[in-house]
Amino acid sequence: MDFPILSVITFFPGIVGALLFFFPEDNKEQIRWTALLASLVTLVLSVMVYFTYDVDLGGYQMVDRFAWIPAVGINYIVAVDGMSLPMVLLTGIVLTTGVLISWGIDDRPREFFALLFLLAMGVWGVFVAQDMFTLFFFYEVAVFPMYLMIAMWGWKKTREYAAMKLTLFLVVGSLFALIGALAMYAESGLGTFDMFIIQEQAVFSERFQIIWFPFVFVGFIVLAGMFPFHNWSPVGHVAAPTAVSMFHAGVLMKLGAYAALRVGVVLLPEGAKFWMPYIVIAAFINVVYGSLIAMTRKDLKYMIGYSSVSHMGLVVLGLATLNELGLTGAGLQMFSHGAMTALFFSCIGMVYDRAHTRMIPELGGVMKKLPMVGVAFIIGGLVSMGMPLFSGFVAELPIFMGAWRAGVQGPDFIANYYAWIAIISALAIVITAAYIIRAVGSVFFGEIPEKIEADLTPIRWQDRTAIVILVVSLLALGFYPAWMDTVIKTGVDSVMAVLGA
Amino acid sequence: MDFTSFEAAHFLVILPEIILVGIAALVMTMDVVQKGESRRMMGYVTALGFLAALLIGIAVAAPSGDPKLLFGGTIRSDMLGFVFRAMFLVAGAVTAVLTSDVKGLGKRGDFFAVLIATVIGMNFMAIATDLIMLYLAMETTSISAYALTGFLLNNDRSAESGLKYFLFGAVTSTVMLFGFSLLYGLTGHTNLYGIAEALSAGNVSFVMLIGIAIMILVGIGFKLSAFPFHFWTPDVYEGAPTPITAFISTASKTAGFIVLLRVFIVALSTSSGVAGWLPLIMAIAAVTTTLGNLVALAQTNIKRLLAYSSIAHAGYTLMAFVAFQQAPEESVSAVTFYLMTYILTNLLAFAVVILFAKVAGSDEIADYAGMSRRSPNLALVMLIAFLSLAGIPPLAGFLGKFFIFKVVMDAGLVWLAIVGALNALVALYYYLVVMKVVYVDPAPEGAPRIPIATPYRIVLAVLTVGVIVLGTAATPFYNWAIAGASSFF
Repeated sequence: MDFPILSVITFFPGIVGALLFFFPEDNKEQIRWTALLASLVTLVLSVMVYFTYDVDLGGYQMVDRFAWIPAVGINYIVAVDGMSLPMVLLTGIVLTTGVLISWGIDDRPREFFALLFLLAMGVWGVFVAQDMFTLFFFYEVAVFPMYLMIAMWGWKKTREYAAMKLTLFLVVGSLFALIGALAMYAESGLGTFDMFIIQEQAVFSERFQIIWFPFVFVGFIVLAGMFPFHNWSPVGHVAAPTAVSMFHAGVLMKLGAYAALRVGVVLLPEGAKFWMPYIVIAAFINVVYGSLIAMTRKDLKYMIGYSSVSHMGLVVLGLATLNELGLTGAGLQMFSHGAMTALFFSCIGMVYDRAHTRMIPELGGVMKKLPMVGVAFIIGGLVSMGMPLFSGFVAELPIFMGAWRAGVQGPDFIANYYAWIAIISALAIVITAAYIIRAVGSVFFGEIPEKIEADLTPIRWQDRTAIVILVVSLLALGFYPAWMDTVIKTGVDSVMAVLGA
Repeated sequence: MDFTSFEAAHFLVILPEIILVGIAALVMTMDVVQKGESRRMMGYVTALGFLAALLIGIAVAAPSGDPKLLFGGTIRSDMLGFVFRAMFLVAGAVTAVLTSDVKGLGKRGDFFAVLIATVIGMNFMAIATDLIMLYLAMETTSISAYALTGFLLNNDRSAESGLKYFLFGAVTSTVMLFGFSLLYGLTGHTNLYGIAEALSAGNVSFVMLIGIAIMILVGIGFKLSAFPFHFWTPDVYEGAPTPITAFISTASKTAGFIVLLRVFIVALSTSSGVAGWLPLIMAIAAVTTTLGNLVALAQTNIKRLLAYSSIAHAGYTLMAFVAFQQAPEESVSAVTFYLMTYILTNLLAFAVVILFAKVAGSDEIADYAGMSRRSPNLALVMLIAFLSLAGIPPLAGFLGKFFIFKVVMDAGLVWLAIVGALNALVALYYYLVVMKVVYVDPAPEGAPRIPIATPYRIVLAVLTVGVIVLGTAATPFYNWAIAGASSFF
C-alpha cells in the first residue's frame, strides 16, 4: 500500500491539537515552537500532495479508504481531484502563516494552538473527503473550534455575539445539508454514503433533484457567505483574532463553496441546472452589494470582511455558471482569494496590534514605519482589484467570461441578461479599486498621527516570514498561472462530465 | 404460546442480577463492620460489583442463538435486553464512584444497597416480557429511585424532590397499571407475545386499544420524562443529590425506553393500533424535544439546564423510535445507540457538575465563570461533554444524532428531521452559552483551583475516552446495537 498521505495530512493536525492539550500550560515558547514545527510539516505534506498529483491522469487520486461503519455503508474515503488539490495546498499555507502570525498570543496559547490545529484537521478532512458522512464529520469538526477561538481571543466588543452568530448560521446550514444528504442516501437505495458510488450509480429523478438541491447547496453555501446568508461573515471576521480571520476568510469560506460543488452540483446536476439562474442572481447581488458596503466601511477589518463577501460572490457566480470557464475561474479564485485575504488580515492584524485602532481615518503613514506591511497590503490590493499579472486577474477574468456565456446553455428567465451580469460584476471591480486605493492612501501614506507614532514598532521575523509565504504564493499564481490552471482544469473536466456538457 | 420448560441453566441468564443481590448484601455488611475512612470502600466495592456483574454477564449470560422466553415467559433472553442491562451496569458503576466522595452519601452502605436494588430493577425491566414481571421491575426501580432521591433527609430540597418524584411516580404508575389490567382483561394474557397474538385477532375495539396505549404511555412517559409527563424532572433533578440526578437522567430514562420498545412494538403494534398511537408518539417526540430545548434556554442553574436538556434528548430518542414501522431494525438500533452515547455523555457532564459543586458549593451557571482558568482539564472535559450533548463530532453525540436523523429520513419523515435540526440548533446555543461562561468570562478573584481525587480522575478519563470512541471508532458498539435490534424482531 502507498503512503496514505491524505490521511496523514488530515489526522496529523488533529493529533497535534490533542497532544497540545497535554503540554504544560505555562511553557509558552515550547507550545509555539511545537505548533510552528507541526504546521511546517503539514505545509511540506500539502506541497507534496500538490506535486505528486498526476495532472495528465486527472480524476481522483491518492485514494485511501476504510470501511468505517459497514452496517450502514459509512466509509472513510479520502482522495483529491483538481478542484480540491489547490485547497489542500492553501490550507497548508494558511495554517503555517496563521501560526506565525499568532506568535504574540499570550493568553492561553496552548488552547489557542490546539483549537487551531483541530480546525485545520476539519478543513483538510472536508477537502479530501469522498464519502458524505466523512465530509459531514469533518465539516462540523471545522465549525466548532471557531466559536471558542472567536469568543476567547476575539475583539472584546463584539466577540460573543459574533461567535454565536457565526456558529449558529453554519450549524443550521450544515444540518440542512445533512438532511439533504440523508435524503440522497435513502432515495438512492444503494445503502452507502460513498460519493463515487452515488455519483455513478444513483438515479435521482429530476423532481427529487430539484427538491433536494437547495437543501444541500444552500446548506453548504452559507459558509461561503452567499447572499442572503452572508450576514454572519463580516461580523465574524471582525471579531476573530487575526489567525482565525485568516483561516476563516482564507479557507473556511472555501469549504462551503467546495462542499456545495462536491455534494450539491456533482451529485444533483439536474437540480443544479434548475436552480442555477437563482444562484447567479444571488451571487451577483453578493458581488455588487459586498463591494458597495465595503466602500462605506471605515474599519479596515469590516472593509476586508465585506470585500470577502464580494469576492466569494465571484466564486459562487463562477460555480453557478456551470460552464468550464466559470468553474475554472471559481477554482482559481478560491485559491487566490484565500491567500489574498489571509495576507490582508495578517497585515491589518499587525497594524492593529501596534496602533490599537483599525479605523482608516485614525491611521496614516504606516508605510514609513512598517514598509513591509505596506508593500504586502498593496500587493493584496492589486490582487483584489484584479490587476493583470496578479492572481486576481487570472481568476476573475474566466468567471466574467463564464458568466457571460452562462445563458448559452439553454433558455431560462434571465437568459438575456447574463452579459449584463458579467459586465456589472466586472464593474464592481472598480468599486473595489476605489476602496482599496483609498485605504492604502490614507493608512499607509501621508503623515503619521502623533497618537500612534510611538506604537508602530517593527514587526517580528515570524510576521515577515508569513508575509513572504503569502506574497510568493500570490505572485506565483499571477505570473505563472499554468501550475494551478492545469490542475483545476482536470477537476473541472470531471464536473463537466457529470453535467453532461 | 409455547414457552420453553424450566431448566436450572436458565438461572445463568439472570446471574448478573443474582451477583448484584450478593453485592448488596456485602455492602450492607460492610456498613456495619467498616469504620472511619475505610467506609469509603463501600462505593468502590459497589462499582467493582457492577463491573464484575457486567463481565460475568458477558461471559455467561450473554444470549447466544435465538432469543428465548424463559421462566414461564416472564423474561426474554435476547441481545437487546442484554445491551440495555450492560448500559445500566455501567451507569451504576459510574454513579457509585461519583457518590463515593459526596458528603452524607459516600459512607453509607444502605445508599449503595438501594442503588444496587435500582439497577436490579432496571435490569429486569430490560428483559421482562410479562406484564406482571414488568410492573414488578418498574416498581422496584421506581421505589428505590424515590428513596435515592430523598436520601439526604436533613436537606430540605432532597427530601422535597424525593416526595415530588414519589407522588408523580405513584400516580402515573397507577394509571399504567390500570392499562395493564385492561389489557389482561381483554386478551386473557399477561405475556406480551400472548397479548400481541390475541390483539391481532382483532377482537379489541380501536378506541379501547388506543385508550390502553395512552394509559401505558402515561407510566412510560413519566420514566422518559416526555411531554406532558415531564413536570417533575427539573425539580427532582435540581433537588436530588447530583450523582442520583446523573443516574436518574441516564439509566432510569434508558430503562423507560426498553419498556417502550417491548410494550409498544411487541404487544401493541397491531396495524390498527399503530395507526392510532404512532401519530401521538410522533407529536410527543416533536413537542418534547422542542419544549425541552426552548425552556432550557432560560435556565440559570446547571442541573435544571441539564434536566431540560435531558427532556430534549428523550424527545430525540423518541424520533428514532417513531420510525420503527418503516425501518424497524434501524429504528431500534438507532434508539439503542443513541442511549449508549447519551448515558456516557450525560454521566460525564454530571461528573463535572459534582466536582465543581464540591469546591464552589454552587450549581449556578454564573458561578462557572472562568472555570477554564481554575482547572483547564476539568473545563476541557466539560467542553467535551457539552459538545457531545450538542452533537458535534468527533464525539459520541454526533454519531447518535446522525443515526437518528438517518432513520427518520429513511422513514421519510422529513418534517420530523427538520424539527430535529432546528432543535439541534437551539440546543447548541445553550450549551455554547455555558461553555462561554466557562472559557470566556473572568474567574472571581482568588477562586481556588479544583482538585480531582484519583477515583474521579479514572471515571472522567474512562468516560471521556468512551465519548470519543463512541464518536469515532463506534463500529463495535453500533454493531452491538444492531445485533440487539435484530434479536428483538
